[in-house]
Amino acid sequence: MTDLVLQVHNLCKSFGALKASNDVSLDLRPGEIHALIGPNGAGKSTLIKQISGGLQPDTGRIEVLGQDVTALDTVARARMGLGRTFQISSLAMEFSVLQNAVLGALGARRARGGRLGLFHNVMKDADLLASAQEALSRVGLEQAAQQRTADLSHGQRRQLEVAVALTLKPRLFLMDEPMAGLGASGSKDLTTFLDSLRQEAPILLVEHDMDAVFALADRISVLVYGSVIATGTADEIRNNPEVRRAYLGEEELT
Amino acid sequence: MGRERLFNAVILLALLAVPLMAWQMDEPFVITLATKVAILALAGVGLNIALGLGGLVSLGHAAFFGIGGYAMGILASHAQNYEPLFNWPFVFEGSNQMPLIWLVAVLASATAALVIGALSLRTSGVYFIMITLAFGQMLYYFAISWSAYGGEDGLSIWVRNEMPGLNTLVPIQFFSVAFGLLCLTLWISSRLAQSAFGLALSAARQSEDRVQTVGLAPFKLRLMAFVISGAITGLAGALFADLNRFVSPTMLSWHTSGEIMIFVILGGVGRLYGPLVGAAVYILLEHLLGGISEYWQIFLGLLLLGMVLFARGGLIGALLGREVAHD
Repeated sequence: MTDLVLQVHNLCKSFGALKASNDVSLDLRPGEIHALIGPNGAGKSTLIKQISGGLQPDTGRIEVLGQDVTALDTVARARMGLGRTFQISSLAMEFSVLQNAVLGALGARRARGGRLGLFHNVMKDADLLASAQEALSRVGLEQAAQQRTADLSHGQRRQLEVAVALTLKPRLFLMDEPMAGLGASGSKDLTTFLDSLRQEAPILLVEHDMDAVFALADRISVLVYGSVIATGTADEIRNNPEVRRAYLGEEELT
Repeated sequence: MGRERLFNAVILLALLAVPLMAWQMDEPFVITLATKVAILALAGVGLNIALGLGGLVSLGHAAFFGIGGYAMGILASHAQNYEPLFNWPFVFEGSNQMPLIWLVAVLASATAALVIGALSLRTSGVYFIMITLAFGQMLYYFAISWSAYGGEDGLSIWVRNEMPGLNTLVPIQFFSVAFGLLCLTLWISSRLAQSAFGLALSAARQSEDRVQTVGLAPFKLRLMAFVISGAITGLAGALFADLNRFVSPTMLSWHTSGEIMIFVILGGVGRLYGPLVGAAVYILLEHLLGGISEYWQIFLGLLLLGMVLFARGGLIGALLGREVAHD
């Protein structure tokens, strides 16, 4: 038995000659934020896709809550409690903000064995609305609930991505660059929020915003050319010469 | 609520008022035209669930329309010939009762939609269009070669089928049957669009990733939509064959699939009353311009071209603007 929430064992994925994931192993402990960093093209998104179920690895194994999920699809993994946010927003753009959140709540209901109604007005379902509104207010979008999603700013879409993931009440979060394009104050707010979120469910966080990463992460893994070259605390990563050479360059880290 | 609801009410009342006036003025041909509009709109309402809500561009809905038609033709012809349709497990001589015919038409077309959908929904985009087209054409050629039921010449029935409590030979009474079924399916369709299922289906059209990530399976949602869609179009087929007292392979041809799709696009894809507006305009054009030139479809083509270029939301979209997110 293990209490690790997520385990990735020796994952390999190639696209032709390109090794996008080269023997990647990492894990996620309860209550932690584990950040995954690496330069563009290091294979972070490919890795996230394999963990969420959108892409099958060539070899290797993925376990969620101690259960082997390698052969399961995205839908099954989501129902097990894997909550994902996307790098490029995948929201239903024609929907209102509230409708997107209700969709998440609907997914959570389905995962608990509930059925999708064919006749009742879903936007008058008190349970779904309560769950959706709670998630929206937690990310600060309650005022925008009736807006059309396509009319949201880039930052608000990011917030909504997180809110939809919240409605699922997942056992772990997989967040693909939630800070991108948020601006200084937005990313500071989200940093505070994610900091509190780790108690609910641990987060595997792919992020380019180094301030956020160093502020939040209990552990950091550095991915370069498809391989994890180091895993450790913020200090260990800062002082790792290989990481400095490969990724951080001569940039001064404070 | 809202302008669209008012507009819909006006359209529906107009469809009711025109044949009632024609009945008063003793113009049975106009009643028949209105009946045709109601039935074709019904077929479009079916397609609109797949196309509008689910984003499934099916070019094979004639298959369901034709199956409904043949369900009527086969049941009614046996009832008229007194030749049993089957002898085991009990002797069944067909039926001339509309409710039973509708039930068979709906079940048969839903079953066909389940099979066709299960195979074609594994593809998407242009492949989905082609595979649904292929299934439709398969049934078309099968019907042509099915000599027991008329083959290429089709199958006529002598008398319109019966509806308990009504005389369906009276045009206005048959119209009321078609109109009633249209209202019923419009209501079902509006409930469906607002339901949890409708929300998830619509989300799957907009973002497949999103739906999967919240733990809902797009394939199942689409298959369900396709079956409901096919069943309604099948019901319309049974009525259409009853209107003409004739069913032929033409009902199964891809030309018919295209016409049903034109109703939906002309009126407004995904708009509840889009198919009704589209079917009404189509029939009006056919009879106004058809009197001037037998090439009236050139004008239809121009109209369609104009819609696609300048008014993507169809006539309803052009009149009422973008659909507001439903509450």
